Amino acid sequence: MIYLQLFWAFFISNILGYGGGPPSIPLIQNEVVNTYKWMTVQEFGEVLAVGNALPSPIATKLAGYIGYQVAGVPGAAVALFATVAPTAIAMILLLQFIHVFRKAPQVKAMTQAVRPIVTVLLGTMTYQFLLGAVEGIGWMQTAILTVASFLLLEKWKLHPALVIVIAMAYGYFFIVMPA
Amino acid sequence: MVYWQLFLAFFRIGIFGFGGGPTMVPLFHSECVKKYKWVTDDDFADNLALGNALPGPIATKLAAFIGYRVKGWKGALVANIAVVLPVVILMIALLEVIYRYKDAPGVYGMVQAIGPVIVVMTGVMTWEFLQKGWQGASSKAGSVIWLFLSVAALVLLDLHPGIVVGAALVGSFAYTTWSIRKRKSRDDREGAA
Repeated sequence: MIYLQLFWAFFISNILGYGGGPPSIPLIQNEVVNTYKWMTVQEFGEVLAVGNALPSPIATKLAGYIGYQVAGVPGAAVALFATVAPTAIAMILLLQFIHVFRKAPQVKAMTQAVRPIVTVLLGTMTYQFLLGAVEGIGWMQTAILTVASFLLLEKWKLHPALVIVIAMAYGYFFIVMPA
Repeated sequence: MVYWQLFLAFFRIGIFGFGGGPTMVPLFHSECVKKYKWVTDDDFADNLALGNALPGPIATKLAAFIGYRVKGWKGALVANIAVVLPVVILMIALLEVIYRYKDAPGVYGMVQAIGPVIVVMTGVMTWEFLQKGWQGASSKAGSVIWLFLSVAALVLLDLHPGIVVGAALVGSFAYTTWSIRKRKSRDDREGAA
C-alpha cells in the first residue's frame, strides 16, 4: 500500500512537472506534505536545500531520499522508478518518431501554459518556507540570513553548497535552541 | 567493457552536474558526443529537443536515450543507475548525519539556519518562472489574466495543483491543435478557390 502511494505521488508529480525540475518541486511537496503527510513543510524545505547543494537533477534526489525515509531501500527504489522510468521509456519508444515532435507548436503552447501555474506554486511554497523560518528563528535572524544568502547566491554567485555551509556555520554560533 | 564505460561516463555526469537538469546538458555532450562518440551532434540535438518536449527530468531522459543507442534497454538502465544512484546515496548519508545530531545544541542552529537559504532559492526560482512566462507569452494581457486565474484556482479555490496543471496541459494542447487545423482548412479552401 505504502509502495503504491509512493509510486503514485512521484509518478503524478513528474508526469505533470512539464519543463523538468522546478515545476515538479511544488507538485512533489503537495503530495508529500499535504496529501500523504510524510513530512512537514519545514522538513521538506531542509531536504530541498540539501538537495539543491548537491549535483544532478533535483527530482531524483527528492524521490530517492523521501522514498528511503518513508519505506527504506524498497521505498527509494519505487519512488525513483516512478520518477525516472515512465518518461525514460517514453523517450526510447518515441525515438523513431522524432521528427514529428521536433517543432510541434503544441509543445511550446504546453510549456507556456504551465509557467504561470508553476510561478504561483513556487511563490506559495516560498511563502510557506518564510513562515516556517520566522516561526523557528524569529524575524531578526530570518531577515539577516535571507538578505545575506540572497547577496551570496545572486550577487556574488557563490555555489549553493557553500552558501548552505556558511549559513550552517552562522547558525552554529549565533542561533540558540529555545529553552 | 562498454557497460563499464557507460557507467563511468554517466557517473561523472551525475557527480559533476551541479545545478541539475539543463546545466548538465553540456556534460552529456562532452562525454557522449565528443569523448566516446556514442551519438552524433545532430542526433544529440534532435533528441535533446524530443526530451524537452516530454515531462520529467531531462538528465534521466538523455541517459535513457544514449544508453539505449549504445546497448539497448540494458544500456539505458545502466546509464540511468549511474547518473541517479550515487548522488541519491550521498544525499541520504548527508541528511542522516545532520538529523542524527539534530538535538545537539549547536546543530539545532545549523539546521534552522538552512530555512532562509531555501526561501531565497525558491524565491529566485519563482522570479525566473515569472520572467520566462512573461517573455515567452504571445499576448502580455493574456499572460497576466492567466496568472490571476492560477492564483484563483490554486490559492482561493485550493484546487489540487495536479488537476490545474493537467487541465492547462490538455487545454493548451487541444487549443493549439484546433487552431492549426482551422488555419489549415482555411488555407485549403483559399487554395481551391
